[in-house]
Amino acid sequence: MNTVLALAFAAALAGPGAADPDWARLPGNPAFKSVLAYEDTRAGVPVRAFELMRRPVSNADFLAFVRAHPQWQRGGVPAVFAESRYLQHWTGALDPGKAAAAQPVVHVSWFAAQAYCESLGTRLPSWTEWEYAAAADETREDARQDPVWRERILGWYANPSSRPLADVASQPADVHGIHDLHGLIWEWVDDAGSLLMSADNREQGGADKLQFCGAGALSAADRENYAVLMRTAMLSALQAEDVTANLGFRCARNLAGATP
Amino acid sequence: MNFARTAAFALCGSLLLATAAAADTVPTDSVYQLAAGFTDQDGRDFHLADRAGKPQVVALFYTSCRYVCPLIIDSAKAVEHALTPAQRERVAFLIVSMDPARDDPAMLRSVVDKRGLDTQRWTLARTDKGAVRQFASLLDVRYRELADGEFNHTSALVLLDAQGRRIARTERLGGAADAEFVEAVKTAVDAAKD
Repeated sequence: MNTVLALAFAAALAGPGAADPDWARLPGNPAFKSVLAYEDTRAGVPVRAFELMRRPVSNADFLAFVRAHPQWQRGGVPAVFAESRYLQHWTGALDPGKAAAAQPVVHVSWFAAQAYCESLGTRLPSWTEWEYAAAADETREDARQDPVWRERILGWYANPSSRPLADVASQPADVHGIHDLHGLIWEWVDDAGSLLMSADNREQGGADKLQFCGAGALSAADRENYAVLMRTAMLSALQAEDVTANLGFRCARNLAGATP
Repeated sequence: MNFARTAAFALCGSLLLATAAAADTVPTDSVYQLAAGFTDQDGRDFHLADRAGKPQVVALFYTSCRYVCPLIIDSAKAVEHALTPAQRERVAFLIVSMDPARDDPAMLRSVVDKRGLDTQRWTLARTDKGAVRQFASLLDVRYRELADGEFNHTSALVLLDAQGRRIARTERLGGAADAEFVEAVKTAVDAAKD
């Protein structure tokens, strides 16, 4: 009996019940309704259960990474993986200077974000995983139809981007225990290169048509959800070596035993 | 060096090792910094940096594609035809599959045979899923796998110089070669001669 209890206790510590301080578990959704309308995903997109970092990666986290992986230090990264403004808000290659340890790291390229997550044995979330997680608010898994939720997020976009970034997890956690999916920074996703929305490609006639195989390009299923549509428009406009002053990331991982 | 390459191969697509296998001579702005392992239509493994020395025209496609992908090969062939025989000897074509789950070397070989591609110059290749996304990102080619296994993608031919730097790009596909792109290829080929 005692053995059984001890085993159950150990399992609880290691298993889904244990509250990991860094990672939140999301249950997934067999038919998540993305704000993006693809011809092949009208019935929804399956999102499998996965884990997501509770907070965006901070300057302190990223400093530890570049110390351990010098090839990702500013000045050492091949230009093909990160443009010249990579980590430009830091004073030196190993000196964040005025960039506070707890502020989210920004000025990181997609390649750098990928390498960071890979160094932890994890990955960047897919766009769908990010959008699914970001549909939540403090009390609901999917708050997207609530006009108040929408207004709150849009309010953030109206803030001038010159304002210093708040520390990670300054905002309350959502129902999954995740902070800052809205209201702090933009975030890289693993398949940012799958987002085809751009000013050039939205038109479906003439030469543009040739650019696409099969089903047509992206359009908005939910035109009211400007906040999420702005995210996709921004990611689709960026190249993988680009960095910006408001673009950071967090990592995701599959559940133990799940196939990728 | 051999060991470094083998290690990089085991982790194909690994950006942590991205620069480990890259020879000291690979410029910092070269696509050949990507250390991922590729496999060609004859099952031979290689790295992008192995292809340094000749300018290359590179693109992405997938073999089961019915719409634009045949045009990608047509367009690359049109570039090839626009060159003189001597110029053709000094250029290479590398077309990488965005569908590694289905495109094994045999599938790639069948396209080589069907399209009559000269493997002295042409290489059709595959790599793992993560490395395809990285390679495509370096070429600014966007793609998404559809529920039915087709791909939605942008298309481009990209010209790399002899060290793998991106020096020209065209999204104008079709039987008639983009004249400006052909000029860039000729210039690069003639420059690489010396």
